[in-house]
Amino acid sequence: MSRRIDRRTVLRGVLQGAAITVGIPMLECFLDSSGTALADGAPLPIRFGTWFWGLGLNKTYSTPATFGSGYEVVGELEPLAPVKSHINLFNNYLATTDGRPNFVHHTGAVILRCGEAPVDRLQVADSESLDVTIADAIGGASRFQSLDAAATGNRNHSYSFRNANAVNPPEISPLELYQRVFGAEFQDPNSPVFHPNPTLMLRQSVLSAVREDSARLQKSVSNADKARLDEYFTSLRSMEQRLALQLQKPPPAPACRVPKSPGEVANGMDWELVGKRHNLMTDILVAALACNQTRVFNMVYSWSAAETVKTGVPSTHHILTHEESRNDHGYQETHAWFVHHAMEAWAYFVTALASVREGDRTLLDNTLVFAHSEQDTAQFHSIDRIPMMTAGRAGGRIRSGIHLDGKDKVVTQVGLTLLQAMGANVRQWGSGSMRTSEVVSDVLV
Amino acid sequence: MKRRRLLWSGVFVVVALAATVAGLRVRQNLIEPPMPGGPATMRLISADQYANTMHTLFGEDIDVRVNFPSLQRKQGLVSLSASTAAMTSGALEQFDRGARAIAAQVLDEAHRPTLVPCTPRAASDQECASKFFARVGRFLYRRPLTAAELQTYVAMADKAAQSTGDFYAGLSFSLAGMLTSPEFLYITEIAEPDPDRPGRYRLDAFSKASRLSLFLWNALPDDLLLTAAETGRLHDRDELERQIERMLASPQLELGVRAFFSDLLRIDDFKVLSKDPVIYPAFTYAVSQSVHEQTLRMITRQLLLERGDYRQLFTAHQTLINRVLGPLYQVPVPAEANDQWIAHELKPDESAGVLTTLGFLASHSHPGRSSPTRRGMAIREIFLCQKVPDPPPSVDFAKFESLSGHKTARDRLAAHSVDPVCGGCHKLTDPAGLALENFDGAGLFRTEENKTAIDARGAFDGKAFTGAAGLGKVVSEHPALASCLPTRLYAYGAGRETAKPDREWLAWITRRFVADDYRLPDLLRQIAASDGFYAVSPPRAEVLTAAKAEDRT
Repeated sequence: MSRRIDRRTVLRGVLQGAAITVGIPMLECFLDSSGTALADGAPLPIRFGTWFWGLGLNKTYSTPATFGSGYEVVGELEPLAPVKSHINLFNNYLATTDGRPNFVHHTGAVILRCGEAPVDRLQVADSESLDVTIADAIGGASRFQSLDAAATGNRNHSYSFRNANAVNPPEISPLELYQRVFGAEFQDPNSPVFHPNPTLMLRQSVLSAVREDSARLQKSVSNADKARLDEYFTSLRSMEQRLALQLQKPPPAPACRVPKSPGEVANGMDWELVGKRHNLMTDILVAALACNQTRVFNMVYSWSAAETVKTGVPSTHHILTHEESRNDHGYQETHAWFVHHAMEAWAYFVTALASVREGDRTLLDNTLVFAHSEQDTAQFHSIDRIPMMTAGRAGGRIRSGIHLDGKDKVVTQVGLTLLQAMGANVRQWGSGSMRTSEVVSDVLV
Repeated sequence: MKRRRLLWSGVFVVVALAATVAGLRVRQNLIEPPMPGGPATMRLISADQYANTMHTLFGEDIDVRVNFPSLQRKQGLVSLSASTAAMTSGALEQFDRGARAIAAQVLDEAHRPTLVPCTPRAASDQECASKFFARVGRFLYRRPLTAAELQTYVAMADKAAQSTGDFYAGLSFSLAGMLTSPEFLYITEIAEPDPDRPGRYRLDAFSKASRLSLFLWNALPDDLLLTAAETGRLHDRDELERQIERMLASPQLELGVRAFFSDLLRIDDFKVLSKDPVIYPAFTYAVSQSVHEQTLRMITRQLLLERGDYRQLFTAHQTLINRVLGPLYQVPVPAEANDQWIAHELKPDESAGVLTTLGFLASHSHPGRSSPTRRGMAIREIFLCQKVPDPPPSVDFAKFESLSGHKTARDRLAAHSVDPVCGGCHKLTDPAGLALENFDGAGLFRTEENKTAIDARGAFDGKAFTGAAGLGKVVSEHPALASCLPTRLYAYGAGRETAKPDREWLAWITRRFVADDYRLPDLLRQIAASDGFYAVSPPRAEVLTAAKAEDRT
């Protein structure tokens, strides 16, 4: 009975000789000649993500003079000049609260993510955020349903949620994000040899036993709690499926380069620390996308009422937007200084995606990123024309480099366009007067 | 003479009668009224409860790293959201990762000799695995495992042990599963018919044990409490009271009290304070990591160790400092007191107990200056359970753009309150906060701002005073203070927001608190021993049907 079993026996026994050996190299030869699909005909994965910054723009200072393609970036958007051909600016789209209150620094972001205003400050919204809808559509085929990061270092800073009570917790430390993605459990898709990790199978069977064992809990709880348990079990099944997926040989990811582990970044809301965290986490996220670890991500650069600080300035960025005098050109200079740095970070993010080649395209070409804020003019808490952008072409489904004039149409058109570009089966989106079936056809291919 | 005696005896009778009636009324006032109770709760375990459990069960040296999902604050407490928290894929994945890291530590070579109660005869040793899971499972699930559950965990461990050839690796897989199970992560209460009150429901004994233990210790029930639940004795009043006395006398009580006040005072915000290093060079990172301890230690020392009057939390002139905080008070703290906290007397007119702790003052401020508005709002919301409305969305802040020219906060805010839209709320918050203006944005004492002498006159609900001490006195005497603490404590313990039907009961527990001279341990005892604390509404009909069907099988 006490037969000694070594690792080799285990592998042979558990997997019944299923270990798969793959020869090197598996790089460009796995792509077809145009680089849009893998050589076996399977299309390259399309990714989706969000990028959030707080407190909007000084619009009088930062609005390009012309609409359409070939616009010139000005003011706070100047850092985007090198990447503007990848970026669409969405202007003049209206958000309405449909009679619900405008919870300052909160309502605007929720409308853009969910298509409806929140009912109170505590509730994020009744509906899920669009990244979750998209992750349900495209996130199933990767190790992580989505990866979430907050450069603010605050775990509460997430706009990704199934509902008010189910929020995706973001990673707040570059090192922790790195360990989660590229730690011991990472399987390099380009490794010449693929040995299914036998522990994955064991974990899978443990989770399915847990699921069966605890199913009876559902009988003894209220309807509301039963719905919460349903959500738990959905998440559990999703985790089991991901484990099953990792038992199969991963498709090649020619662009995958495992990054170096970052160091720790000190706590604090100083703009330099925030920027450092952002850039380090960006590098890891981009590598995670290139290595097919996830197809969906959410990055929070600064929170809605951003508490970013600058040495020598007594107020946070948020407080400044209310207190700073406007200069002769009609904008708040220090506020603009903070936004300028946010846009530098955004440009860094876009550049990082664009610098990874996938065949004759870039990772950015195969990605769609939705970047937005929560206020139009932070000083007045207006949500009429919240600044929004996209970057990337979603594998050719989106045109880029356009400054769009929404002409006061509902803002949910933008969300619906993103959902449809990403292949989510959504024909109408938003609620109340913002419900729409119209998309921004100028950008949708 | 006779008539006079008669008259006197008459007076005596009347006085005696009046005294009896008054006494009866007082006693009646102190009789617990019925509490309708809410539904049995299903609470997501909190980060602290999770860590406490791992440390109690497996040892203080277990490194617990789980990225918990964020919860919203309801009625002033984040913990109330545990009863509505749901789990996204992202959140569950974090629990799974944390669970596996913990399980690996529990069964590593250093820990297994103490944590596994037997030596396996081979990689496959179901008997030994069974001993391990029966013990651990009872604490994690807060009840004995059913035979089927135990069998499941043993079988999983055995399967993994056979695959890996390692008994302990097998246990580790299975333990990680147990730590990821909703049976552990959700503390689920069960309501059962109350045999003493036909037609009414009560928490079953295990649910009662969990509610009690989370309330007093912020931990899952220990062995003695579980035993009392297993035997059913916990439903017995004497036994319940014995358990409560035991728990109140335990050092674990401090953890429980710290957990409640951490939630109430939003202590998590203290830990991430960062101040402008140019404006407040003394407020270093080390300081930011000490200020929450100062506040929590003051609270537990005054309320638990010294069994002090809760009202004195706002009037005390003593604070606690360690070596890091000493320089901020210009007090040298000897090197040997590195981890020690020593009492430090403050000038009576420059202190107001917890209101003048560094953490409270600094966290309700801006990075580079104080904020009378935030401080006033915090006092109302945290200690008086009052709601200050959100700022209106449509304020034209351009009106206040020129405020940078004002020397003091008082001048700046005076300009604000001219606007009627803003003035309504600023009147509620600013006059109280202005009395704390002798403390800058980092919580340090000062007498002037921008070379202008500070005027620390304040007002609160019609009472005028000067400075921190005056504010502390007014807060300590405020009528809302006495009811706020019991109300928040009840909500915290019962895991739900309080509502209108709870009012009579909350008024009663407030009277008890006042009658007991505002002593926290007595209040905890009163709540924990009350019927109202365990009151539950009947479960939904289909649950009852399912339960009956299960009984039959």
